[in-house]
Amino acid sequence: MHGIPVEGFMYPNEVELQWSVLIVLYPYITGLVAGAFILASLERVFRVEAVRPTYRLALLTALAFLIVAPMPLQLHLGHPERSFEMYLTPHTSSAMAMFGFVYLWYLMAVLVLEIWLDYRRDIVLLSQSTTGVKRLFYKVLTLGSDNISPQALELDHKLGYIITIIGIPSAFLLHGYVGFIFGSVKANPWWSSPLMPVVFIFSAMVSGIAAVLLVYMALCKLHGEIIDMACVDTIAKYLFYAFVIDFSLEMLDLIHRIYEADESFRSLDFMVHTKLYLPHIVIQIMLGTMMPLALLAVTQVIRLNDAGRRMLYAVAGCLTLIGIFAMRWNVVIGGQLFSKSFLGYTTYKIHLIDREGLLVAIALTILPFFILWALIKLLPPWEDVQGEHLATAYGDD
Amino acid sequence: MANLKNAVHLFRMAAVFAAGIVLFLIVRNIFVPKSFGQYGHYRAAALKEIADKPIMFAGHGACEGCHTDVFDLKSKGVHAHVACESCHGPLAAHASDPTSLQPPKLDVAVLCVRCHEAGVAKPKDFPQVVSAEHSGGVVCNTCHQPHSPRIGDAATASAEKSSGGGQ
Amino acid sequence: MNLTRRRLLYLLPAAAIAWDAVLAGTPEAAPNYNMTEHWWGFLIDVTKCIGCGTCVQACKAENNVPDGYYRTWVERYHVADWNFENPVVDSPEGGLHGFPPSDKEGGKNFYVPKMCNHCADSPCTQVCPVGATFISPDGVVLVDKDYCLGCRYCIQACPYGCRFLNPQSNTASKCTLCYHRITKGLTTACCETCPTGTRQLVDLKNPNDPVHKFIETHSVQVLKPQMATQAKAFYYGLDGSVR
Repeated sequence: MHGIPVEGFMYPNEVELQWSVLIVLYPYITGLVAGAFILASLERVFRVEAVRPTYRLALLTALAFLIVAPMPLQLHLGHPERSFEMYLTPHTSSAMAMFGFVYLWYLMAVLVLEIWLDYRRDIVLLSQSTTGVKRLFYKVLTLGSDNISPQALELDHKLGYIITIIGIPSAFLLHGYVGFIFGSVKANPWWSSPLMPVVFIFSAMVSGIAAVLLVYMALCKLHGEIIDMACVDTIAKYLFYAFVIDFSLEMLDLIHRIYEADESFRSLDFMVHTKLYLPHIVIQIMLGTMMPLALLAVTQVIRLNDAGRRMLYAVAGCLTLIGIFAMRWNVVIGGQLFSKSFLGYTTYKIHLIDREGLLVAIALTILPFFILWALIKLLPPWEDVQGEHLATAYGDD
Repeated sequence: MANLKNAVHLFRMAAVFAAGIVLFLIVRNIFVPKSFGQYGHYRAAALKEIADKPIMFAGHGACEGCHTDVFDLKSKGVHAHVACESCHGPLAAHASDPTSLQPPKLDVAVLCVRCHEAGVAKPKDFPQVVSAEHSGGVVCNTCHQPHSPRIGDAATASAEKSSGGGQ
Repeated sequence: MNLTRRRLLYLLPAAAIAWDAVLAGTPEAAPNYNMTEHWWGFLIDVTKCIGCGTCVQACKAENNVPDGYYRTWVERYHVADWNFENPVVDSPEGGLHGFPPSDKEGGKNFYVPKMCNHCADSPCTQVCPVGATFISPDGVVLVDKDYCLGCRYCIQACPYGCRFLNPQSNTASKCTLCYHRITKGLTTACCETCPTGTRQLVDLKNPNDPVHKFIETHSVQVLKPQMATQAKAFYYGLDGSVR
């Protein structure tokens, strides 16, 4: 049937997977958004001065990924032209429907607003100094106001602060909701758990922080800038803390499952040891969690020189990103590989060229970086247009 | 606290947001289907659309009117509670216009064993045989009249006119 | 045939009855169907099922079900001795062409037809983001295929595996309890063609419905009661090993 190999017994309609790699990509992307934003909020709200060089970059990274986030969903839908129905007649009992509004809220009322407020001075200056289409673009963004007096900027700054404060629970809501979309499905014991939103949030933070760390280091290298070591050291420290919490939560889930051993346990256990061995045990746990944790722990315990630490951060960052992707894979795909009869397993057949195939998934993973590149060109993250360093633009908080 | 002059851009941004919300509400009013919400959170018109789908099986009540003789024969035998279309397939088109669809000839060899081939999971009191041993390759309706299949039933003896028997 | 007067006397009332029955099968009939008077359910008597697969074929014909997908299907169970936590189950093409001979020795063997349970508190309608799947006022869980986005959340949420994505319409699809038939006084295609009376439609709002009376007076079960979905497909004689 369908040419898909089945072991044991599956209900006939379960053989074909419903949610593909694109649905793996979607929580991964929103996770990066949430994590990047939390990093930005570290500076803005929690006054962690050291990470200031990455503040604007983190916001732009979040925006680039948030723009791409709905794309895997649209490509997955049977009728993408009807997706607007979620805004017309949202079913309030459905987590997926309410998510449409959470997304819109986060995009417009948090991210876009915060970026606009933070960049407004630069936007006004750029609207005066550029020509042609670019000039028109910046002019529109100024909303016709060129007031960049200290009082106006002070107002922007205060409002931005409030928005960031609202933004932190909003970021948790954005990604926690995705966790809830899975965690609230009682039919699926691999997903159904109150821990799911929490695990998703913390793994999001881990991936988002790692992403900004890597983007910052890469961007500095490309621009010939010196990497601010105090900054990356601090980011790595927060990455380590988030990772410890994330790992503890996942271990809690695992130990709890093994101990309670409910009706689903044997089937799931078998699946993890066979079909999910590579993505779960090897990639997610060993390479994607224990390795980066060990590398980061080393930097906390042993004094290494700058180059050594940068290397370890880069490696840890890359492994983290791969590991968190694997985690999403194991949740989404893993949750569909076993039968709800607990008597069998199916196989995920991913096609190369398909609306939901591998090439599309790869393209969607790369696309945010192109968007980020464009955003960086339009809204330069570290220097304002007159070359003053960000730190002196507002003075001390 | 703040000079209103310095907040002009903020008011403009608020206006953009307000305009967006108003636009959304207008669009919503236009596009939400009219029958939505009448009985619950769904398009009530869908109920009629689903109920209006074409019917393929006429139902056992439809056959009796024209095929009275077979119907009577069947109702006295052990296949009394087997609907005509159970074996003959969907025939609503035939029932509404008999000339439009001629019921297909049935492949007796396949049809009978579908129910009556012996199987471990079948209820023990259900009549089942190992067909290879039972008839020695002879097709079922050589001995059994499908509309009254039990050999020795009174009705069978006089059932020359009814369909079946060597078809 | 020869139209003698005697024949006509027999034929006319027969024709009238036939005409009524024919009318019952046409869409324009049954204008007096009132949704609020019915609350549909189903009864499956597992002790009678012979695994012929006629119901699966009938459903496919009545509802144009695409190949490889099933609005209803039949499973065959083999339970060795008392080991009912490890049944051996098969369902070749959902039982569409019956079942090949079993290679299992001894133990308990039986067939279990499955279908949408038309749950009164269904998790599938709960998770639909737009209201494309819903329970009708007469208790049938339906999909509005002109509104469904094809997000597949409902398919994930169903504990029973009864939903699928129809590849022709790209919308979620499942057993509709032959809504187009039962609203016209007919029974479902699977009940109509089941040769042993295993499958029976029941109107839980009708106290005189004999099937309703049966459910009220006999021990019946539902699948996965722990899911608390208020399933309305009742089973009689369901073994504890059934998943």
